[in-house]
Amino acid sequence: MIRLIKFISLILFLILSLQKLSNANNNSLSVDKISKNLRCLICQGQSVYDSQSDFAISMKILIDNKIKEGKSEKQIYDYLKNQYGEWIVYDPEFNKKNLILWAFPLILFIFGGLLIYRKVFIN
Amino acid sequence: MKKNIFYLILLLFFTFIFTVFYKGLDKPNFYTPKEVNNKNFEEFTSFELFSNKQFDSQDIIENNKFTLVNIWSSWCVPCRQEHSVLMNLSKKTDLNIVGLNYKDKKNNAIKFLKELGNPFSKILIDPDGIISISLGAYGVPETFLLNNKSKIIKKYIGPLTENNISEIIKIIK
Repeated sequence: MIRLIKFISLILFLILSLQKLSNANNNSLSVDKISKNLRCLICQGQSVYDSQSDFAISMKILIDNKIKEGKSEKQIYDYLKNQYGEWIVYDPEFNKKNLILWAFPLILFIFGGLLIYRKVFIN
Repeated sequence: MKKNIFYLILLLFFTFIFTVFYKGLDKPNFYTPKEVNNKNFEEFTSFELFSNKQFDSQDIIENNKFTLVNIWSSWCVPCRQEHSVLMNLSKKTDLNIVGLNYKDKKNNAIKFLKELGNPFSKILIDPDGIISISLGAYGVPETFLLNNKSKIIKKYIGPLTENNISEIIKIIK
């Protein structure tokens, strides 16, 4: 009998702790993850995650609220981009303005490849 | 001949890179917030500072031809400078000026208004700063001029000046 109670309580403990863990993952991890990808606009060179400025603290609360509303990560980024412009996210979008920037490594790579190819196979 | 062309291309390439980076040196590398006009103002609900009654921003904005929303705080030094300008504006015109009290203590806010005067028709509170963030604000002070359809006609980042005030008066006339 005592064994059974011990066994059941162990199982219960495991289930509860797992639930706690997954809950914690759901909430805090997402806020951290999203705020790491956001630039703190009033503190140079810091992410929202790193900063303790009023702006960043409020931003983290807002992100938490949006997550609780059931918004997806992309929806939150889009919402903030709409309010503050694209500068707020660290990951720049692919567009005409930065086409060279994106394509340049590829061009260099192909160019270098051609050079090597010529050196090795033709000469 | 072929070699010459190759060196020429290489030279052109490096000159191009050099010019790009040289030009880039002159560019300021600090971020200046863009003043976005003609955007829609996010709707919000909050409590009034004095009466503690709940208000919807939409109701306040709809009933006036123009509304000036000013984000301020008693602990913010530039707001103190700006306050006399706002007082001036409220005396000169009958513009509906709404205050948004940013991350402030009620007592301090009331003390501030008693000392410097109250230019606002209503003051809504923003204790967490979330409302300001959802409006796209950077900090205090910040001011939005809206029409009755919730469009942002003008946004001022930082304290208002006398020049801004004359601009606002021109727009609302």
